[in-house]
Amino acid sequence: MGPFILRRLFFLIFVLFGVSVLIFGILMSFSPERRAAAYITTPQQAKDLPRLVRTYGLDDPFYIQYGRWVGEVAAGNLGWSLVAAQPVWTAFWMYFPVTLELNLYAAPLIIWFGIWLGTRSAIHRDDWFDHLSRVFAIIGWSLPTFLFALVLLMVFYGYFRMFPPGIIGDETALYIMNHPESFSRYTGMVTVDGILNGNWRVALDGLRHLVLPVTTQVIVVVALLMRVMRSGMIEELSKDYVITARAKGADDRTVHLRHARKNALIPVVTVAGQLVAFSMEGSIAVEVVFNRQGMGWWLAESATQLDMPVLMGMCLFMGLVFVITNLVIDILYAAIDPRIRLV
Amino acid sequence: MAVDWEKHPRLRELRFTLIKIFRNPTAVLGGILLLGFAATAVLAPVIAPPRYPDSPYRMPRKGYSPIPKPPSETNVFGTTSGQYDIFYGVVWGTRTAFKIGLFVVGFAAAVGIFLGTVAGFYGGLVDELLMRFVDVVFAVPTLVLAMAIVVAFGRGLENIMIALALVVWRNYVRVMRAGVLTLRDKDYVQAARLMGVSDVKIMLRHILPNAIYPVLVIATMDMGSMVITASFMSFVGLGAPKGYADWGQMVALARNYIVGPPEDPLRFWYTIVIPGGCIVLFVLAWNLIGDALRDAFDPRQRRR
Repeated sequence: MGPFILRRLFFLIFVLFGVSVLIFGILMSFSPERRAAAYITTPQQAKDLPRLVRTYGLDDPFYIQYGRWVGEVAAGNLGWSLVAAQPVWTAFWMYFPVTLELNLYAAPLIIWFGIWLGTRSAIHRDDWFDHLSRVFAIIGWSLPTFLFALVLLMVFYGYFRMFPPGIIGDETALYIMNHPESFSRYTGMVTVDGILNGNWRVALDGLRHLVLPVTTQVIVVVALLMRVMRSGMIEELSKDYVITARAKGADDRTVHLRHARKNALIPVVTVAGQLVAFSMEGSIAVEVVFNRQGMGWWLAESATQLDMPVLMGMCLFMGLVFVITNLVIDILYAAIDPRIRLV
Repeated sequence: MAVDWEKHPRLRELRFTLIKIFRNPTAVLGGILLLGFAATAVLAPVIAPPRYPDSPYRMPRKGYSPIPKPPSETNVFGTTSGQYDIFYGVVWGTRTAFKIGLFVVGFAAAVGIFLGTVAGFYGGLVDELLMRFVDVVFAVPTLVLAMAIVVAFGRGLENIMIALALVVWRNYVRVMRAGVLTLRDKDYVQAARLMGVSDVKIMLRHILPNAIYPVLVIATMDMGSMVITASFMSFVGLGAPKGYADWGQMVALARNYIVGPPEDPLRFWYTIVIPGGCIVLFVLAWNLIGDALRDAFDPRQRRR
């Protein structure tokens, strides 16, 4: 397994290199002045762009500029974000916890709900439950995330006045600002910080703002998982070992959950990478609509305001997450399925 | 010439597939929905005669007030923020949706099928290089990469379409190549080769028709999902200039009016629900058909 991980780490470096060249190449189509913004670290510097173009040689050939950019990134300078009015690296740590929090709640729900729905609808194949959950899945599949989020907001915020948009209510935000000594922001995640400080009011307020975003994320992403789980389970249930188990007198529960489901989970692991990608895309729409200042919101905002250093950094970050996820999936795959050996 | 459906094995299978699809109620529903949309798109100039014949995608407006007006006799579906006629926008937006789907999927599938077939069939260094490149492109989520390309090329619906096409071809290459790889060393292909059939002919007549089905399924599904992604980019503000008949932009126009005045919070529902409903139904239609195609083509489920 050692050489396998080593090879994959090499692959990771290769992919990150590729992604950076690709994105750098795409963004090279901008005028040198626009690209000069990537090297700005303070608002004062923004005033003399032409000088920056000369200083940083933005008219140089591609490979020279690319080499220089890699050097900067290696030195920890990802550039200046116009949207955040902060260096990209600093801003990243401000936005990251917001997105992490959303997915920290959504991911377990997606996994649990998807596996449960898929298993049940395979066991009760062509039953009303199966039809209902398939209709649910195909509708979830057809719903654009941003639209679903808007409709939820319209109904639950507009009509029922229950779940407001944003990350945190004004009162709670003021409270946190006014009590820096008794409320420390350990993680930047509202609910987690609330619990760590033993402050239930803050935690509950954070949770109240999370209900609709998490619901949106779960319903839109769960469809894929449910579909894969269902077809895997149907296939497993028709195999010989299931008949053997039944012949030995095993009850339904043992056959379904202990034998078939375990095997049906194997193909599910392979779509985990796709689920992560969906969750990243979903976070963008969810954060834009619910006005949560996380990475997705930052990215969308950066795209409309041509904030290129952010786009560069974000593509690299997502590439990193994606490749690491796939590595973990491959290792998990071998751990779950003893027939697979990583060499 | 009379076609003998029973004799030719490929035609027999095609007939079986068609019967299987038409017996599937969800596919029929999807087909009806799709026919409705197609008819709307084709007949758009008749259903909603353009006020500006030179630029028919420009939505006519009745004033400049930002507050939407409810359905009336002159504006059947009401007007959205900026007094753009929702009915007109929805009708011409259907054309926009088809344009997006057909262009993106058409380009991506053509490139993907070509590269996937050639790479899978010949293998070697070109295959290796191509697939490593695909690995790199795959590392960035569709929406993020497409957004970066749109930013670089400049805003606009055309650029959204080009960006999506430049991103999603990667899916087709992988699927097509995987299909070709499983067929390349089959006995019937070897036999054809021994008989001296040219490579091009083997690819076109013996491999492509058998490896194309998974591509057809994802192409059908993508017709819908590309419209979702494009409409989100329009929604964010990367799309066509204001007033262009595009469902995503119509939702964006209404964004500040999702919550009405306190005494009537759902007053402006039509500004979101009508264009949004069009997106959902359009995507649903393609997904229902795609789902039926998948069931019909899946060898494990085919003869049951």
